[in-house]
Amino acid sequence: MAIKIILPTAFVRHTDGQKQLSSDAANLPALILDIDKNFPALSTQIKDESGKLRRFINIYVNDEDIRFLGGDTYVFQDGDEVMLIPSIAGGTARLS
Amino acid sequence: MEYSCQTYELKCNECGRRFGNRPLSGCPDCLAPLEIAYDLDIIRKEGKFTRANIAAGPFNIWRYAALLPIPEGFQPDIPVGFTPLVRARGLGKRIGADNLYVKNDAVCFPTLSFKDRVVSVALANAQKFGFTTVGCSSTGNLANSVAAQAARLGLKATILIPADLEPAKILNTLVYGARLVRIDGNYDHVNRLCTLIADEYDYGFVNVNLRPYYAEGSKTQGYEIAEQLGWKLPDNVVCPMAGGSLIRKIRKAFNELIALGLVEDKPVRFFGAQATGCSPISQSVRNGWDYIEPQRPNTIARSLAIGNPADGPAASKMIRSTGGWAEDVSDVELVAGIQELAETEGIFTETAGGVTTAVTARLYAQGRISGDETTVVCITGNGLKTTDALAHHYDHIDVRAIRPRLVDFVDYIAALDCQDVDAFPEPALVG
Repeated sequence: MAIKIILPTAFVRHTDGQKQLSSDAANLPALILDIDKNFPALSTQIKDESGKLRRFINIYVNDEDIRFLGGDTYVFQDGDEVMLIPSIAGGTARLS
Repeated sequence: MEYSCQTYELKCNECGRRFGNRPLSGCPDCLAPLEIAYDLDIIRKEGKFTRANIAAGPFNIWRYAALLPIPEGFQPDIPVGFTPLVRARGLGKRIGADNLYVKNDAVCFPTLSFKDRVVSVALANAQKFGFTTVGCSSTGNLANSVAAQAARLGLKATILIPADLEPAKILNTLVYGARLVRIDGNYDHVNRLCTLIADEYDYGFVNVNLRPYYAEGSKTQGYEIAEQLGWKLPDNVVCPMAGGSLIRKIRKAFNELIALGLVEDKPVRFFGAQATGCSPISQSVRNGWDYIEPQRPNTIARSLAIGNPADGPAASKMIRSTGGWAEDVSDVELVAGIQELAETEGIFTETAGGVTTAVTARLYAQGRISGDETTVVCITGNGLKTTDALAHHYDHIDVRAIRPRLVDFVDYIAALDCQDVDAFPEPALVG
């Protein structure tokens, strides 16, 4: 089973330019652990000092906010597209 | 794609990092929204933002240009804003308010909503940054304003909206020659798509990558309220909430006026209004949360139907910090609110204004606002754009036409005047 992770431009500086990742995580907490392990810089960006996801991150599964699907308890389905996106975004490409 | 300016620049509210001026809306470090920070000391020393200078300015928002993020050399072209602030005695009498005012942005120029204010400031910066195509994600009013002002300024416009918007708002976008893209989803879907498009296309989205500049335009409503009250602040402001930006920017405007000595410092309470079918911010205020729980919108107040409002947490926190409150009303109540404002003040507002009017009535009924306090109700849009909300409320108009005879008129008027009783009785059963 695999899910596809889609990242906005704002995050690709932490993933060596990759805009799409794949993961075998079964749910959101497992996905975060996966990111901790493979992309620690991205992990630092999306989590605050206490290790929780930042308030300004939204997570969508196939266009639906994960909070409408049960949040941490939602079990990813094979082929799910999971998008991590800041609630306020856009225009970061030109920032040095 | 960037410029420097002595008096203002982008700043992260959370971590304090500054970014100069560029099309950027979220902090790359902590992802929080960026806002425009001013150096009020410089503005004070320059002496440009004074009552006298403002009074000598044009009768539109550009009289406040010294406290807007407007690039040097920008020549304002569109006379936006400076809408009437009217004493609302009729509505006040109905709801028990002796000192009530309506800030009437239903007649804002050029497209009849407060969005004209934010778009004009955003597009000034879009031009400075060199964008030739501008756009927005919109629940309708913003789409109208971006389309109209882009046409006037010779910019191309690409506008994204939820597919089910009111027909009038769709027509009022298309007429200006904008490219309109209807999205099969709600506003939150549309907005998310726009953030992705802004990554890939060189578009200046007024409420995405230009959002900090755009949001500052809302302050002009606050400046106008204070100036029109005779350079005084009201006791209370009642404001509709969609993304949660306007209510905070009115407060920011008041605070700047205090800091620069244009008005006397006094506590102002802020009250937010939402439709129950999309009420994440009022829910947050009532529960005392520092976050919002997103909702799936289900209300005819489509211009307020943002289920995951970007500035929701900040708006909730600000409202509570001023001792204010937030309420939400049903679709039935908001239609009654539209009618009440029209019948008492002669102001025809859209669904959002019906929400604000109905919430205001409730706040007085609850005793949260007392009758003698000075209260300003912000009406942000025009009823001609949402006439479908009133469908079937005036069916008697179509029931019959009368012959051009005095006797028919007399009968008709008599029937109308007692229509609650038996104006249009069911046909009598034969026999």
